[in-house]
Amino acid sequence: MSEQILFKVTVDNITIEVPAGTTILQAARQIGGTVAPPAMCYYSKLKGSGGKCRTCLVEVSKGSEKDPRPMPKLVASCRTTVMDGMEVKNITSEKVIDARAGVVEFLLLNHPLDCPICDQAGECHLQDLSFEHGASNTRYEFQRRTFKKHDLGKHIQLHMTRCILCYRCVFTADELTNKRVHGILDRGDHAEIATHIEKSLDNEFIGNVIDVCPVGALTDKTFRFKNRVWFLKPMDAHRECPICSGRVTLWNRGDEVFRVTARKDEWGEIEDTPQGKPGWICNTCRFDKKQSSDWVIEGPRAISRQSVISQGHYAGKVGTHIPNETFSAINEGRAPHLLMDIHNESEVNQTNIHLSENEGPSNGSTFNQNINNA
Amino acid sequence: MQALTHQSIAVNRKPMTFWERLYLINIIKGMMITFSHMFKKQPTIRYPEQKREFSPVFRGLHVLNRDEEGREKCTACGLCAVACPAEAITMEAAERMEGEENLYKEEKYAAKYEINMLRCIFCGLCEEACPKDAIYLSETFAPANYTRKGFIYDKNDLLIPNPITSAAAYEQAKGVQA
Repeated sequence: MSEQILFKVTVDNITIEVPAGTTILQAARQIGGTVAPPAMCYYSKLKGSGGKCRTCLVEVSKGSEKDPRPMPKLVASCRTTVMDGMEVKNITSEKVIDARAGVVEFLLLNHPLDCPICDQAGECHLQDLSFEHGASNTRYEFQRRTFKKHDLGKHIQLHMTRCILCYRCVFTADELTNKRVHGILDRGDHAEIATHIEKSLDNEFIGNVIDVCPVGALTDKTFRFKNRVWFLKPMDAHRECPICSGRVTLWNRGDEVFRVTARKDEWGEIEDTPQGKPGWICNTCRFDKKQSSDWVIEGPRAISRQSVISQGHYAGKVGTHIPNETFSAINEGRAPHLLMDIHNESEVNQTNIHLSENEGPSNGSTFNQNINNA
Repeated sequence: MQALTHQSIAVNRKPMTFWERLYLINIIKGMMITFSHMFKKQPTIRYPEQKREFSPVFRGLHVLNRDEEGREKCTACGLCAVACPAEAITMEAAERMEGEENLYKEEKYAAKYEINMLRCIFCGLCEEACPKDAIYLSETFAPANYTRKGFIYDKNDLLIPNPITSAAAYEQAKGVQA
């Protein structure tokens, strides 16, 4: 095959050469940083995704070298391929910033903004986006839409009110499973993710819809309300899994595994395995392996400094070795005179309660019962 | 040598005179200052019989708030705990079951909520971080104690009395400035 044709494209005054057929979004992501437009529906690992949410709108101020006219309207960068000599403005364009603020306002029209309750808070793309571009109040005067609750089985919790209809979960089911059982029902304002009729999602790979969901519409029932993600300790781990890559991130409190997710890259997408395939993980890894002994722990996961999850500052040898108690060593074997073991006084994080062993969320009896037994 | 400041005074090394060696005058001078304070206004008060007024921005013990129907406002979102620079706040969340709607305002609630008053620095960042107006700092301070055990305040210690069932206690707990 002949040499690949390279196109020169300039995004926010940074020039890069990319192969023909690359989208503007992918080219901008190769430059990285704030140059890359945000994307709510586009997912590079899912064929056919993108073009729905309009958050990735950019201004094309010069079409190409041969036809230097600017494009008349803002274009969705996830679906527009680059041309040779194209000049794109993302954050340097007033129009784009304004349009994006409008898009965010639309996305938030029906969003319940129940972040204090939502398990996605802290790793939610809509939260990041509205923090960056959103207004502090809404101009919407009507009742936000509500839905009849659908049960999607024992592993996946659906909150339809939070959904932004990005279709990522639909593409995931199409690509990873033989038969998709959920989809978008109805149209317009009534459009909703559901199964027809009341089926549960139980394909071995369907758990990945939790990872691709940019908002908290699809969340892990086995993790529901157990803890906030920023108090957990993200650890890279792997296991020999016969059906999936087995490369995951464990979200621990102490040694307890509260949640298992696939590893996500800086764009919030699933990381590739060393073999170059997307590292989707199976339901067994995600929902059933909640013991530290099931996993080979590699070390703390590097989390972006801008993320609230990095507030725990887990780094270095955390999780792979246990630090020694130094007090008695430096005091000639003497134990401290006054010592209050916090577990004797505190009712939070009691050593006899193992939330990771519970199937679903805790309720009032979870904690009280165990205290009586203790 | 150049003086470091303009305020320094060179030490007087002249031998003291007879009157100075008696120290009598200086003692009388000092006593006059002491006795003059008997006729001045006292800067101290007789606590705990008398109490000073708090400043309007005083930050004291935390209170967990209820809404007007007496339901707990806290949803255990953890923002107070993550905002806390002293890491004094911990909690466990639980899901509201059917029939508990009159107890908790939201779908999720704090089953356990603890503030370690030994760690707390009363900065008020928890109050600022709270998206639900569920926690605020009151005008009382933590009573002294002989052991550390009593300073782990749990939800029962922090919750404001129920405005429906114990209205009088609620009004008292709300304070004057609320």
